[in-house]
Amino acid sequence: MSETPAVGPAAAEGARGDHQEFVTVVIGDQLFGIPVLTVQDVLGQHQIAHIPIAPPEVAGSLNLRGRIVTAIDPRVRLGLPKRDTDGSRMGIVVEHNGELYSLLIDSVGEVLSLPNDCYERNPATLDDRWREISAGVYRLEERLMVVLDVARLLDFGVAEAA
Amino acid sequence: MDDLLREFLAETAENIAVLDVDLVKLEKNPNDPNLLSEIFRVVHTVKGTCGFLDLPRLEAVAHASEEVLGKIRDGDLSVTEEAVTLILESIDCIKGILATLEQIEAEPPGDDNDLIGRLGIFAQGGAAASEGTDDDKAAEAEPPEDIAATEPPDDVAEAGANEAPQQAPAASPAASGKRATGQAAAPAAVEATGESKIASQNIRVGVDLLEHLMTMVSELVLTRNQLLQMVRGQTDNEFAAPLQRLSHVTTELQEGVMKTRMQPIGNAWANLPRLIRDLSLDLGKKVELRMIGAETELDRQVLELIKDPLTHMVRNSVDHGIELPEVRKRAGKRATGKVVLNAYHEGGHIIIEIGDDGRGIDLEEIKKKAIENGMASAAEVEAMSDQQALQLIFKPGFSTATEVTNVSGRGVGMDVVKTNVEKIGGTIELKSSTGEGMTSIIKIPLTLAIVSVLIVECGGERFAIPQISVVELVRVSAHSEHTIEMINNTPVLRLRDRLLPLVSLSQILKLGNGDATVSTDDDTFIVVSQVGAQSFGIIVDKVFDTEEIVVKPVAPMLRDIGVFSGNTILGDGSIVMILDPNGIAATATHTSMTSDSQAETATKSVAQSDDSTVLLLFRAGTGAPNAVPLALVARLEEFDRKAIEYSTGQPVVQYRGRLMPLIPVENGKPLEGEGKMPVVVFSDHDRSMGLVVDEIVDIVEERLDIELSASRPGTLGSAVIAGNATDIIDTGHYLTQAFSDWFKHGAGAGGNRDKRLLLVEDSPFFRNMLAPLLSAAGYDVTLAESGDEALKLLDSGDDFDIIVSDIEMPGTSGFDLAKACRSDQRWKDTPIVALSSHSSPEHLKRGREAGFTDYVAKFDRDALLAALSQSLSIAGDAA
Repeated sequence: MSETPAVGPAAAEGARGDHQEFVTVVIGDQLFGIPVLTVQDVLGQHQIAHIPIAPPEVAGSLNLRGRIVTAIDPRVRLGLPKRDTDGSRMGIVVEHNGELYSLLIDSVGEVLSLPNDCYERNPATLDDRWREISAGVYRLEERLMVVLDVARLLDFGVAEAA
Repeated sequence: MDDLLREFLAETAENIAVLDVDLVKLEKNPNDPNLLSEIFRVVHTVKGTCGFLDLPRLEAVAHASEEVLGKIRDGDLSVTEEAVTLILESIDCIKGILATLEQIEAEPPGDDNDLIGRLGIFAQGGAAASEGTDDDKAAEAEPPEDIAATEPPDDVAEAGANEAPQQAPAASPAASGKRATGQAAAPAAVEATGESKIASQNIRVGVDLLEHLMTMVSELVLTRNQLLQMVRGQTDNEFAAPLQRLSHVTTELQEGVMKTRMQPIGNAWANLPRLIRDLSLDLGKKVELRMIGAETELDRQVLELIKDPLTHMVRNSVDHGIELPEVRKRAGKRATGKVVLNAYHEGGHIIIEIGDDGRGIDLEEIKKKAIENGMASAAEVEAMSDQQALQLIFKPGFSTATEVTNVSGRGVGMDVVKTNVEKIGGTIELKSSTGEGMTSIIKIPLTLAIVSVLIVECGGERFAIPQISVVELVRVSAHSEHTIEMINNTPVLRLRDRLLPLVSLSQILKLGNGDATVSTDDDTFIVVSQVGAQSFGIIVDKVFDTEEIVVKPVAPMLRDIGVFSGNTILGDGSIVMILDPNGIAATATHTSMTSDSQAETATKSVAQSDDSTVLLLFRAGTGAPNAVPLALVARLEEFDRKAIEYSTGQPVVQYRGRLMPLIPVENGKPLEGEGKMPVVVFSDHDRSMGLVVDEIVDIVEERLDIELSASRPGTLGSAVIAGNATDIIDTGHYLTQAFSDWFKHGAGAGGNRDKRLLLVEDSPFFRNMLAPLLSAAGYDVTLAESGDEALKLLDSGDDFDIIVSDIEMPGTSGFDLAKACRSDQRWKDTPIVALSSHSSPEHLKRGREAGFTDYVAKFDRDALLAALSQSLSIAGDAA
């Protein structure tokens, strides 16, 4: 899976004016930002139903008020080890092409409004797997925040079929 | 009233109402191009539909106004008050005609030449227009006056004479009133009758809204079910009564909403009479179409999906089924063929039968085609039951039409039909009797929104199986009459004197510990499913209730998983996956038609495995029965003994336009005599050889354990088959008897000479079959009975140019062997060709990953030789 390199700030949804708003989440030790407008819901600890023979990225499915949400484990995409507590983890629900997905995360932080001049493209040395789903990096005061490209994160089914 | 007309009226009434508003707006914003083109579009639509419905008067008015609007749009005319007035007037005129149309279902007599004339003049240019602007009253009075004064009276007289008697009395006042007062009467008439009745009785609702309603109702049904489940069994629950009411209301609501989506199937048939007419003219056939049950209603969504398959099937019936009139007469049938469509409800499903009284399906022809198109080998076809052979026409790329016509025969079709029908949870079944026609029976669910499923448990997880594909449930345990038996680790079940192939759900879904063994002593359940004509059992741990569920599509990344057709939320809020028996069958067997419950073949071809071989049993002479692998046999034939001729002293028969040598199994046995003799035909390219036997006994699938003791030439040894000691025939012996160069032609590349080849194969039968073949092709063959032995040979320093290896062997498998070779410095470039009875793409992929150079099916001699020389030449180039 090594297609086109990651895209610029315009691709980060929720780009309005000179600031962008992100919901910050932690996966592994890394702080990620998800454009706030793509986020539908934040789920606390919840049960996920296992789906047999699904791709490894698919952690299962869950029932969100009568809608079926497919749970995705970004750790698999990022090449991070799976967490043991697979049964119940926090999730960020995003909508993509009319389908709901829950991205499993370790913890959720605050919503940040970040100025554009803190934005930088992906460092050229970034791991391919990360580069694939990262839409760039924001320099925060204390740490760095990687912008999650949700569309690309959910693109694996197609990429594998191709 | 005609549906079409009703629809037209409703639509036009709406459009016209919009026009009134738009035109006034246009007058205020004369330069709004969007508004203008919208108005133009509406008038244009009205005109077009009128022409289609044969409403000349309406069409004429609409056409004239369109003309004016067109000029305005193109900038030739400007939007003036007069122009708008004129168009509004013509719209009023249209309204008037529509009102009559609604009452008597016909246009009022008379014409609108006055108005049309004025519109025409206006359209012709600025001059007329500006003139008109000066005094539009005069414009109305002067040149058009002539027409209005002279023509309408004639018309009235004529029309009155011709049409008035036939018309409903109600029409007369409106019609005559309009004529008397001209256009002025039109708006009045409309105002008098008030709003158009049809327009007010129907509202157009977006499909989106209906779909949304449907989803909500479905959710309501689920919630209701959940509540019902909670109070079930509690007789004195205070919620019981209100819940009962809620349940009734919900059911009624569900039915009501479902009804909004229902349409008569006749809508999907509407184009068929025309299609049949055109087709029969094209093909010079006489065909009559009968449609029964056109009013049968089904879900709009289903209707859309079934439309194309239906059209295709009818087309097929006319093209392939119905014979030419002369042929029909000769066969003693009516010259006019009949195609019958019949639709009816049957227990939550709708059945659509498409029948014709044509020639039916020629099974032999189908088998032949299948072989020609390379979809099945001659041996496979030979072993097929009639039902299985019929199923061949659903395979992609199949076409029986000898010539490709523009009608059909392009070989895209029946497979698409089948896919489409199955996509909506339907089944398709064929019944054919040669010479009397065929019937296709399509069974589809009434609606896609809610289906009834059986909930089962496997490996601690629950799954749903659509009821439509469940035939029956069987409970098995060590002590009940049904037990799971094993044939080479393939589970089967004896069910009413048939063998039912079983698939383990936990194995397919890789659930639990992933252990390949099926436990045979615990209580388990078998869900007997039917996919097409094929039955199989799915082994599950537990069976729960049936439930009505709403099918929801799975996320895109899961759509490649064939065994799931969707997912759903159960009454208790949990999510379960819906299993697709089609997908399970495909996953379990790879080749979709390896088993068939109704056919007598059930006992002989359960899932194919590497070790069990389908054998043809026959008798020849007094000794033990003989057997030969069915895969080597091209056909079974019977010849009249009188047909035997001699060519250079060898007995031959004429077979398919050629001479085929006959070899008796028993040497020297005289062939001449009376009556028929059964012959096993072996074919290769265009050469055939017939092995004369006494009697064909049976076809069985057995594991071949040959004890090598070549007691007489022509046998490889004997094995226990079907309980009897049986001689396994060495086909090579007889083939070379018929043609001494049987194995030589084609292989002739002398360059193979002295190429050292290692053949690794655990089955003595295949070793003995392949070794002479490879030697004959010029290879220096070394045999190894197992992967371990091969590795030993390699380690001991023997050198080979190429390795041919079986895949499934005890101990070191072919894959392991290939991996071992690839990781060894000395062997990493040696080409390795895999031999397997599986040649599915997955196997191929796995083979390549393991390091095999090529992958060949076991019985495909030509492919093997080709693969060998190709692999060698590639290796040579690389070196």
